[in-house]
Amino acid sequence: MSVWEYAPAPESRDLANLQPNYRPFIDGEFVDGGGDPLKSVNPATEEILAEVGTAAEPDVDTAVRAARRAFEQVWGPMPGAERAKYLFRIARLLQERARELAVLETLDNGKPIKESRDSDVPTAAAHFFYHAGWADKLDYAGYGPDPQPLGVAGQIIPWNFPLLMLAWKIAPALATGNTVVLKPAETTPLSALVFAEICQQAGLPAGVVNIVPGAGDVGSLLVRHPGIDKIAFTGSTAVGKEIQHAVAGTPKRLTLELGGKAANVVFDDAPLDQAVEGIVNGIFFNQGHVCCAGSRLLVQESVAEELLGKLRARVSTLRLGDPLDKNTDIGAINSAEQLARIRELTASGEDEGAQRWTSPCELPERGFFFAPTVLSGVEQSMRVAREEIFGPVLSVLTFRTPDEAVAKANNTPYGLSAGLWTEKGSRILWLADRMRAGVVWANTFNRFDPAAPFGGYQESGFGREGGRTGLEAYLHV
Amino acid sequence: MATASSPAAFADATRDETSLSRFLQGLPGVDQVGVEARAASLGTRSIKKTAKLWAIDTAISMVDLTTLEGADTRGKVRSLAAKARRPDPDRPDTPPVAAVCVYPDMAATAVEALAGTGIGVASVATAFPSGRSSREVKLADVALAVDAGATEVDMVIDRGAFLEGRYGDVFDEIRAVKQACGDAHLKVILETGELATYDNVRRASWLGLLAGGDFIKTSTGKVSPAATLPVTHVMLQAVRDWYDATGELRGVKPAGGIRSTKDALRYLVAVHEVAGEEWLTPELFRFGASSLLSDLVLQRRTQHDGHYSGPDYVAVD
Repeated sequence: MSVWEYAPAPESRDLANLQPNYRPFIDGEFVDGGGDPLKSVNPATEEILAEVGTAAEPDVDTAVRAARRAFEQVWGPMPGAERAKYLFRIARLLQERARELAVLETLDNGKPIKESRDSDVPTAAAHFFYHAGWADKLDYAGYGPDPQPLGVAGQIIPWNFPLLMLAWKIAPALATGNTVVLKPAETTPLSALVFAEICQQAGLPAGVVNIVPGAGDVGSLLVRHPGIDKIAFTGSTAVGKEIQHAVAGTPKRLTLELGGKAANVVFDDAPLDQAVEGIVNGIFFNQGHVCCAGSRLLVQESVAEELLGKLRARVSTLRLGDPLDKNTDIGAINSAEQLARIRELTASGEDEGAQRWTSPCELPERGFFFAPTVLSGVEQSMRVAREEIFGPVLSVLTFRTPDEAVAKANNTPYGLSAGLWTEKGSRILWLADRMRAGVVWANTFNRFDPAAPFGGYQESGFGREGGRTGLEAYLHV
Repeated sequence: MATASSPAAFADATRDETSLSRFLQGLPGVDQVGVEARAASLGTRSIKKTAKLWAIDTAISMVDLTTLEGADTRGKVRSLAAKARRPDPDRPDTPPVAAVCVYPDMAATAVEALAGTGIGVASVATAFPSGRSSREVKLADVALAVDAGATEVDMVIDRGAFLEGRYGDVFDEIRAVKQACGDAHLKVILETGELATYDNVRRASWLGLLAGGDFIKTSTGKVSPAATLPVTHVMLQAVRDWYDATGELRGVKPAGGIRSTKDALRYLVAVHEVAGEEWLTPELFRFGASSLLSDLVLQRRTQHDGHYSGPDYVAVD
């Protein structure tokens, strides 16, 4: 019993304005889908939140044709300055309905309300604001005069940042004059369907945005549909490879944002207390359900013990529990399936000889929870150093020299992000040049800005999202 | 340099001026962006109901109720002492504050007014607030306070010497003052607003701890910025690290600019989550403040009554 227990401070669940039923959004209308409805579950309580209609083949077809028509007749020919108005309107509506979206996202995904409130929703709005600004300036984006949109984009997004990933996909597509058919993740479809409502509120022309909920089969229909010009996918490397197979030999353009096994590299001259914060943020933000999570900590041997001591003390202060509580730092794992995978991989780490330390926090009786865990004594040969755990589990390795740090950091088929911690500026530049990672953070981690391109190397995918570079994914260049 | 009471763990660090400089310069750096982000993020903790009531009472019991004006009179000090004893006369269960903080020439008046209450008398000293005088004058200032019965002495470090890199001089002066304090507790004011960088705040914190300060304190309240949350984070981390290394608990006192209950709660959350719950006591954490107490009393009433009562119900002193 602590001398000062924080009283529960739950955000009101009523703010989510939860409906018993949600339906696919096609050609500007909510319609009954032909697929078997799915039930979206609150991973923190295992209660069913709502029933969601899914799309069957004819629905996907209707959606693609609606998107095509909207592209050819309305959205494609529309001047950029006019498209920008819609995007600005959507951005403002996201802000106006921020609390509703934050609570809904937390209910559906399990992430702590402080993250959906302070990170997911505001960053989603920021993406629309940023790309709205580009819509009438594409001539100056560096792709020559009057760059042309691709057409209809099929977009498939993951469950870890449902609304934010939607924004990363839809905002640049719309700004550049494309129309979209988007499939939200099977376990987190709700915020995308509220976003559809926002499109209606904004008066967005019918067919410009279509949302087709469903499982992998709906994604597969989208990927194989001949009426689609471009596929953008964020998710696992395994599915990414399948998609690449499927579009090979077709004229479809493809961008993939896949898994990662990022190294957070801490040198002996690092600002240690802030490095601890960065490590915690890197692996425990969003329960570690982050493709660019700093899931491997590479620490210089001379400070390893001191750093690990500080890290364990800090991780012990993380508050795990009700995601709706404003003081919760670690929420629920998104699904039973994911929880099982995290448990299995963590156990394999122990079996292979890593030392497991788990935060002494109590776990709620119901719901899918996994206490923050640090595996030390990990070697590059172990599964927990090579495979993406996608959960709140940090693998700690050590190094002796900068060259060894680079070699170990790059010793992965992935290459999405990296973190560097040193007070020495010259070393940061030297390392950043050598890191095979799409994003390198120096003395910080998990910082996202719509102006900064994001994407991977190798099996972390290709193509960039965000910034001027991100526009290229939706333009004939 | 004297080494009499530095814990064995740091005997080498304080052996001579060079060792001390090397030790302080060798402390890990503080990343400005990182520490400010952490302070801002902990600032969003939502403290409600029982947790808030506990925090308000705890904060009241941690206040060093302060008057440090050229216009201070015995009458002013007596009325402040009265408020210190009973911050809310209508609610006798309101805890008294930790101490009353005055200039040395007012210490005797405060001691008399607080006799038998258990409330401490803190006196600033050492040519407060600038600290620009000779060692003799500073020690005489301390003697004035201690002889008058002050139980706590709030000294200022020589920021000029610190910024010149003469860490040994700063160390020796703190040592000398500590000796002059006798049984009185020593709070070492770093005046972080003049040290400017977080790296300097960390070095000065360690300097104060190595030299035997019972508390490290942010500011005099006469320089802007006074206490800030990120600076307090750095100092709380220093006392935590000190405890981990030596097993000794030392205190932290932010002073100046903390006016509302909301601010005070943010500081308590930092105490709780950066240093640890052991520090949630007036023995180890204080607020140097004058107007804060009135807001704490007002918010305490609100929590108990379920509605605001208004500032006219709280003593202005």
